Amino acid sequence: MHARENAAEIDDPGPGGEGRFASDAGSGADLVLRTSVFDAADLRRAVTRIAHEIVERNHGATNVVLVGMYTRGVALSQRLGATIASFEGVDVPLGALDVSFYRDDIGLRPVAPLGPTEVPDISGMVVVLVDDVLFTGRTVRAALDALLELGRPRAVQLAVLVDRGHRELPMRADFVGKNLPTRVAEDVRVRLSEVDSGDDAVELWGPPEGAA
Amino acid sequence: MKHLLAVEDLAALDPAGSGAGREPDLRAGIESMLDLTASFVEVNQRDIPKVPALRGKTVVSLFYEDSTRTRLSFETAAKRLGADTMTFSVGTSSVKKGESLLDTVQTIEAMGVHAIVVRHSAAGAACRVASWTSASVINGGDGRHEHPTQALLDAFTLRRHRGPSLDGCRVAIVGDIANSRVARSNVLALRALGCDVTLVGPPTLMPSRLDGWPVTVSYDLDDVLPDVDVVYLLRIQLERVAGGVGDVRFPTLREYSSRWGLTAERAARLKPDTLVMHPGPMNRGVEIAAEVADSTRSLVTEQVANGVAVRMAVLWSLVGSGGPVV
Repeated sequence: MHARENAAEIDDPGPGGEGRFASDAGSGADLVLRTSVFDAADLRRAVTRIAHEIVERNHGATNVVLVGMYTRGVALSQRLGATIASFEGVDVPLGALDVSFYRDDIGLRPVAPLGPTEVPDISGMVVVLVDDVLFTGRTVRAALDALLELGRPRAVQLAVLVDRGHRELPMRADFVGKNLPTRVAEDVRVRLSEVDSGDDAVELWGPPEGAA
Repeated sequence: MKHLLAVEDLAALDPAGSGAGREPDLRAGIESMLDLTASFVEVNQRDIPKVPALRGKTVVSLFYEDSTRTRLSFETAAKRLGADTMTFSVGTSSVKKGESLLDTVQTIEAMGVHAIVVRHSAAGAACRVASWTSASVINGGDGRHEHPTQALLDAFTLRRHRGPSLDGCRVAIVGDIANSRVARSNVLALRALGCDVTLVGPPTLMPSRLDGWPVTVSYDLDDVLPDVDVVYLLRIQLERVAGGVGDVRFPTLREYSSRWGLTAERAARLKPDTLVMHPGPMNRGVEIAAEVADSTRSLVTEQVANGVAVRMAVLWSLVGSGGPVV
């Protein structure tokens, strides 16, 4: 149904997190909706739980900086920040990170910066990197390089909405909204109202049944 | 976009250009490059202003004419992107032994380079080099033809002060129009971005024909100054003054300065928010008075600073993000 609405996004794997690093499987044009993983309420609960886990793990939120990775990670980091403020009463500093210049596939495909990097002082802080989908781990690798050039955080943790497996680098998320077993040819699509049209959702798309 | 030889090449960066059922739009292409530049301004403001985006790439500056700003700016840009740089200057090379441009380019190419920045006194030199090499070629100024990265950095600087849209911004380009590649590239770029451009200078320094140029022409600076938003002064090439070695276009520097120089008295009659720009190097006291060059309305040093970011964006576009490597 909304496949048509999202046609542009399907043609271009888009700015969404790891989708751009994913293998060439799925230019996406011929994928169909398999499963609705999260609706808006599920997504809100997952964000709320992750927010609580971040505060619990770090014994509060006073030394925490949330750094979102463009595009949807930035929106998620803002939601996490607002949620933490609502129950903990702490305004966690927020940052936005563009990893384009640190990617390992520069020159292999068109790459464009997605937005300006704006990161507060992270020296001595616990940085929680936020992204929508954790897939190969290559975006996270690039993000770590980008982040460490901006300062020396005391620790870096990783929060993702969906971990879909298929890691190509030894990366692990600290906070996960949903562990979602997938096949490589499938595509996890995250919609956030700040970035995309329509309601919040996480969906699993795949090749049509019977396709090779 | 494989090469940047002239301002019109930037149309290839129009985000909607391919497959949108219309010709790529120059304005959209230029604005896309200026938006990209903002990312590199951020990089340049960091404690460590360096990213590994072009690691393993080699950028050569091939300069057959003298340059301070353009060469240093390109080399700084390349280094901040993690690329290796090689500098070729005529004075210390085999050109002294008579090596041709073609042979020089082939020699450089054989060393394995990804981008060549060319400056040459002959119009079309960069275009010629592009036909000889598989590397990306950037025109760093060719004769009286074009200097596209200068136009980009000027447009970027102007946009920072006049908001993202330059529609209706009135720009006077003053001085030696006939000999100026900066003027040509700036007219094309600023016009594409919606500026109204007026060329001002003595008739002897105007091109003999201006057919098709999207500009108005004036020979009276005082007539133009009260209305403009930007005064863009060009360098007076001192070899063209009486007593110099070149062709003589006006009698004395003092006479030029009194009629077409931006003196302190003239600057006082500008609107309070009128900006002053100059591509450098400045002849203080000729086309621009020292106190004007150092005043708050002068964007001269900002132009230089933005030049590095613009050239990072150009190198990134040509060598870094340019799609599949074959």
